[in-house]
Amino acid sequence: MDVATTAAEPTRRDFLYLATGAVGAVGVAAAIWPFISQMNPDADTIAQGAPVDFDLTPVAEGQIVKLFWRGKLIFVRNRTPAEVKAAEDVSLASLPDPQPDSARVKKGHANWLVVYGNCTHLGCVPLGNEGPYNGWLCPCHGSVFDTSGRIRQGPAPTNLPVPPYEFVSDTKIKIG
Amino acid sequence: MKRLTFIRAAFAAAALASAPAAMAAGATVEPPSLKWTFSGPFGQYDATQLQRGFKVFREVCAACHSAEYLAFRNLSQPGGPEFSAAQVKALAAEYKIKAGPNDQGEMYERPGRPADRWPSPFPNKEAAAAANGGAYPPDMSVIAKARTYERGFPRFVFDIFTQFQEQGPDYLAALLTGYTDPPKDVTVPAGKYYNTYFPGHIIAMPPPLNAGAIEYPKGADGRPQAPETVEQYAKDVTAFLMWMAEPKLEQRKELGFKVMIFLLVFAGLLYFTKKKIWSKVEGHAHGPAF
Amino acid sequence: MSGHSTYVPKSAVGKWFESRLPIVGLIHSSFVVFPNPRNLNYLWTFGGILAFMLVAQILTGVVLAMHYTPHVDFAFSSVEAIMRDVNYGWLLRYLHANGASMFFVAVYIHIFRGLYYGSYKAPREILWILGVVIFLLMMATAFMGYVLPWGQMSFWGAMVITNLFSAFPIVGETIVTWLWGGYSVANPTLNRFFSLHYLLPFMIAGVVILHIWALHVPGSNNPAGVEKQTEKDTLPFHPYFTVKDALALVCFIIFYCWFVFYTPNFLGHADNYIPANPAVTPAHIVPEWYFLPFYAILRAVPDKLGGVLLMFGAIAVLVFLPWLDTSKVKSANYRPLFRQFFWVFAVVCVLLGWVGAKPAEGGYILLARVLTAYYFAHFLIILPLLGLFETPKKVPASIAEAVLGKGGSANAMAAGAHAEPNTKG
Repeated sequence: MDVATTAAEPTRRDFLYLATGAVGAVGVAAAIWPFISQMNPDADTIAQGAPVDFDLTPVAEGQIVKLFWRGKLIFVRNRTPAEVKAAEDVSLASLPDPQPDSARVKKGHANWLVVYGNCTHLGCVPLGNEGPYNGWLCPCHGSVFDTSGRIRQGPAPTNLPVPPYEFVSDTKIKIG
Repeated sequence: MKRLTFIRAAFAAAALASAPAAMAAGATVEPPSLKWTFSGPFGQYDATQLQRGFKVFREVCAACHSAEYLAFRNLSQPGGPEFSAAQVKALAAEYKIKAGPNDQGEMYERPGRPADRWPSPFPNKEAAAAANGGAYPPDMSVIAKARTYERGFPRFVFDIFTQFQEQGPDYLAALLTGYTDPPKDVTVPAGKYYNTYFPGHIIAMPPPLNAGAIEYPKGADGRPQAPETVEQYAKDVTAFLMWMAEPKLEQRKELGFKVMIFLLVFAGLLYFTKKKIWSKVEGHAHGPAF
Repeated sequence: MSGHSTYVPKSAVGKWFESRLPIVGLIHSSFVVFPNPRNLNYLWTFGGILAFMLVAQILTGVVLAMHYTPHVDFAFSSVEAIMRDVNYGWLLRYLHANGASMFFVAVYIHIFRGLYYGSYKAPREILWILGVVIFLLMMATAFMGYVLPWGQMSFWGAMVITNLFSAFPIVGETIVTWLWGGYSVANPTLNRFFSLHYLLPFMIAGVVILHIWALHVPGSNNPAGVEKQTEKDTLPFHPYFTVKDALALVCFIIFYCWFVFYTPNFLGHADNYIPANPAVTPAHIVPEWYFLPFYAILRAVPDKLGGVLLMFGAIAVLVFLPWLDTSKVKSANYRPLFRQFFWVFAVVCVLLGWVGAKPAEGGYILLARVLTAYYFAHFLIILPLLGLFETPKKVPASIAEAVLGKGGSANAMAAGAHAEPNTKG
């Protein structure tokens, strides 16, 4: 309602038009909110996203296991001592996204690497035990990750992120 | 009390007279209108009543009836029984939930989580019917909205203004307390029961409630929170069923009030704006033209 | 959608754009400066209200479709998930379900306004027929929408309505099988109904554009029923009718919200909260209230095909109304006899709706037959004859005269013809 602009000096009429227009605008804005909010995760999705337990016992040394939490792919890798050493011995200065291996694993459980399984470039799933560093190699655009899931070569900008998790016991982790 | 019953009977008779179909069926007795905390524009559930109702549901109804759309987590959400999150977690863990398949392709059972749905007492409808003399005990998730009785003219018109929406709960509470001996001329088949309010009167569900059968939480004085009678059990469990059918009722009425206030203010402003604009027009100076 | 665009863009970009796509000018000439008869009463606000309802139904519907699953095993539970888990899902679903009813409330007022003021007469025949087309599309859309929750009424409504087509000789069964996509109402039926329920509103929107186009050729009819002639007869659409329509719309939304927030299931059926069960028909199946008059006509006829034909005929007869009404006078304000018959007809329609909700037995059938006969007699006998025998009152020479009286002074208004619509309530 552009009527309010027609008179030069403010009068009661102007105020009435302005107030009506403003209240109408607030009403429209408020009415839009449910239409936006409904696209956010619903109560069931949120509840299903609660933390999950994962038993590590069946994962043999050198094995990579895939699992899902909140619909997202997670790699759990039981690293060999050689792989751990390779990950720890890297000079941080040579890394595109510098992060020591110790910051990516839980203390006292250095052989267990838990990372999200989608490439930080555009989301493809990297292939395990492949590439120059024997970590992961993304088949889509050639990003190379080491045995700590850190980016070493290729277009991916950051390391594979570590999901929130903790050790409930020596053989069990709780993700989330 | 007697007079009330009489008036109700008169009402029922009037309803019957205006509905020949119902009379032909010879089966409709109008349930009494009870007082519910959730009726009217400011109606809300009574969380303690819902907690008692849940106890009745869990210990009695859930033995035969499923409630597919109830999740454990619902029991702690606002506008419901409002158990604590910890209580719900512990409750869910008491149940075994079928899950799987695992890596070996086998289904297995795990303890329940708040996100799980209320487990059904039978694996499928056929099993439920077979275990209950051939009659499938209906799912209870939305039963309070799925049951009603004929309101008839002119009451259905008044219902718009009084916001009467409690036919379902009235019927359910009446049904649960409506078991009587059959009239002399009616023979009830074996395994069936006579209920005043059930359409056709012959019902497969045995009388579910017995006084004192469910222990209610004790108040500060050591006495039960509410009388442990069939009437009270019926009212409490019906309130719970209504919540299960319409869990967003409180949010709906609260938002409705805000929306109504807003719209009335906006309509008022528009009325004066319209009047101002049209006041300039010859022949329309005396208010809105109609 | 009218010729006289006075719109001149102020900015250079505006000019550049307007010379290539003159859409702003079109909106300006159609909804800003468009000259409307100055004497339109509040019954004329229902066109705008209907446009709002169409948009509201499409918006809530598109959003609900993001959460709904058109499959017999999941439809009911996806609707319950909307009611329980989706953010504001309960609000969106109740808005959509009650919105259908509100749409019909508004369209029936809109139609009866047209019937009362003779809005279907020359030069508005095409406008009227497009309206009948919209009405038919609305009925199809509403019917298919009611099937989607896959409750008992959904299922049995689909069963009964699709079976109407089996009444046609020879091809009937083939048509029904084709409609179902199987040998019964089942998953293919639900799936295609969902697809069509999503499609039809956009077809309605298309016909609505034609409807407004056809409207803007002669402009709105008005309570006096005489065409606008000079500038004195009209007022620009904005701000006079935008503000009037807005006021009426907000009042209508209050009415709508009353149902949505306080009695959301009043207009529905309890049985539709029972999941569809092909083995059990509910004791008393009735369509939604807005179909009841037509349902009554269907059941009034003992013959299956006859009932179906008569029911469709009840809508088809509206198409011929511009030629069945032989009177040259449009507004019932100046047709004393027609006005009485109009109200009798309105009561007959309400009674048909009431009978439609009653069981088809005994006295109700007889009443339904009498009412059905009157319904058709109104269009086929009363209206053609009335034009020949009725003596209309004197029609004002112009809209300005109807509003201002002969002298043109404001005071004359109270006693003048303008006061007429006031008295009819």
